[in-house]
Amino acid sequence: MMAGKRQGKYTVVFENPPLIRSYAAVVGQKEAEGPLGSYFENVCEDPMMGRKSWEEAEGELQYAAVLKALDKAFLRPEDIEYLFAGDLLGQSIATSFGVMELQIPHFGLYGACSTMGESLSLGAMSLDGGFARRVICVTSSHYASAEKQFRFPLDYGNQRSLAASWTVTGSGALVLEHPSECSEKAAEKCIRIIGITTGKIMVYGIKDSQNMGACMAPAAAFVIGGHLRDMGRKPEDYDRIITGDLGTVGQKILFELLQEDDIDIRARHMDCGIEIFDGESQDTHAGGSGCGCSAVTLCSYIMNQMESGKWKRVLFVPTGALLSKISFNEGMTIPGIAHGVVLENS
Amino acid sequence: MNQKDYQTYVEQVTPKVNGWVSFFKAYISGGIICVIGQCLYTWFKSQGMLHTLANSYTILVLILVSVLLTGFNLVGPLTKTFGAGYLVPITGFANSLASCAIEFKREGQVFGVGSQIFTIAGPVILYGILTSWLFGFIYWILLTVVWW
Repeated sequence: MMAGKRQGKYTVVFENPPLIRSYAAVVGQKEAEGPLGSYFENVCEDPMMGRKSWEEAEGELQYAAVLKALDKAFLRPEDIEYLFAGDLLGQSIATSFGVMELQIPHFGLYGACSTMGESLSLGAMSLDGGFARRVICVTSSHYASAEKQFRFPLDYGNQRSLAASWTVTGSGALVLEHPSECSEKAAEKCIRIIGITTGKIMVYGIKDSQNMGACMAPAAAFVIGGHLRDMGRKPEDYDRIITGDLGTVGQKILFELLQEDDIDIRARHMDCGIEIFDGESQDTHAGGSGCGCSAVTLCSYIMNQMESGKWKRVLFVPTGALLSKISFNEGMTIPGIAHGVVLENS
Repeated sequence: MNQKDYQTYVEQVTPKVNGWVSFFKAYISGGIICVIGQCLYTWFKSQGMLHTLANSYTILVLILVSVLLTGFNLVGPLTKTFGAGYLVPITGFANSLASCAIEFKREGQVFGVGSQIFTIAGPVILYGILTSWLFGFIYWILLTVVWW
């Protein structure tokens, strides 16, 4: 049957669930000073990464994350068949310039802050489909390059709204591998990607770019609700349901939206944006955001909790707000997108 | 939840800044900056400068200080509390130019600094001139009417 791996309307369950062979997160100083600081192995004190522009610095973050992830698995760039990567900047320049030296066949992606979920989804499908043996998924964001592109110059003294989030400086990279490429013993230790649920673009007419949690919450609710329905599961079947960067405002809205469908995830929910910074002492308002937010939290805290066996099954749902400065200035609404990825500890 | 209900709901749950507190802080801090300006002006005048010259020097000093503060990334922490108190006087104008110049320096002197330096101040200048023209015109009409 053609659609043998499909389950329900939006979900795919893999026949040979790809393994997360290795992973690495590279973060900036502020992230290292946050509540998850002790989980980050690679911290860059210089926000410019020794380069001349913010865009180059963000590219450098991706490059560093990919190299660290490869190193951990004792692999070289030549061992990787596809690279799925993206960032927030126009035409994904941080990605293109960051990973160009690696010379890995490349798919450049854009899913705003949900790109980590998108790259994992496509990477895992390529592996399970038999189109590759090993792929790498990487995304990044940088506070300064994002501010420059979407908001104001860094040194301009504007006041941030209380619902605004703080773009995470960091990059996360994961090497995914087809299970047949790995010895059974090694595979036992690896976390697997069991399935994915792909989101739709959700429009609820929000125009406030300072309140991205509200733009993205419907997209997260759609993916979480859709996933649970497709799989015939309850929130309790997951140790954590983890959204990307809804922040405190978005989280509240997400609970309310899911409650309408009689789904209560309050006890199981975690948001990377809320976890990564301490809003009070780090003055980040609603929380962290950016492609790097969910990526570095996944490649540190979440993987740590799963490998230690504390969490057995996690639904990872990075969320993105699809806007550009042009669309915003032209008065368009800000649609949201989310991508669900199920991780299991075998 | 339909779009309209959702927007109303979002409006309800989004935290808002207390306007009166912000107004008060801006009033005080803007007032302090004006007092500093007045002190400078009085001092320049006491040094024997004429009114217009003392005026220009006062503005130049305020601009210089604001540009230096921008360069040392100190304006953000100031405006976090002061808000419009810092941004509305000439200090805010200087900050908007200096911050753009710093941010876009990497893109070159023409397409970077040259074309982007007025990104924030540009609208202020344009609509400032337009409004002065409009009010000047109204003033002229009033004068003409009163004259007749």
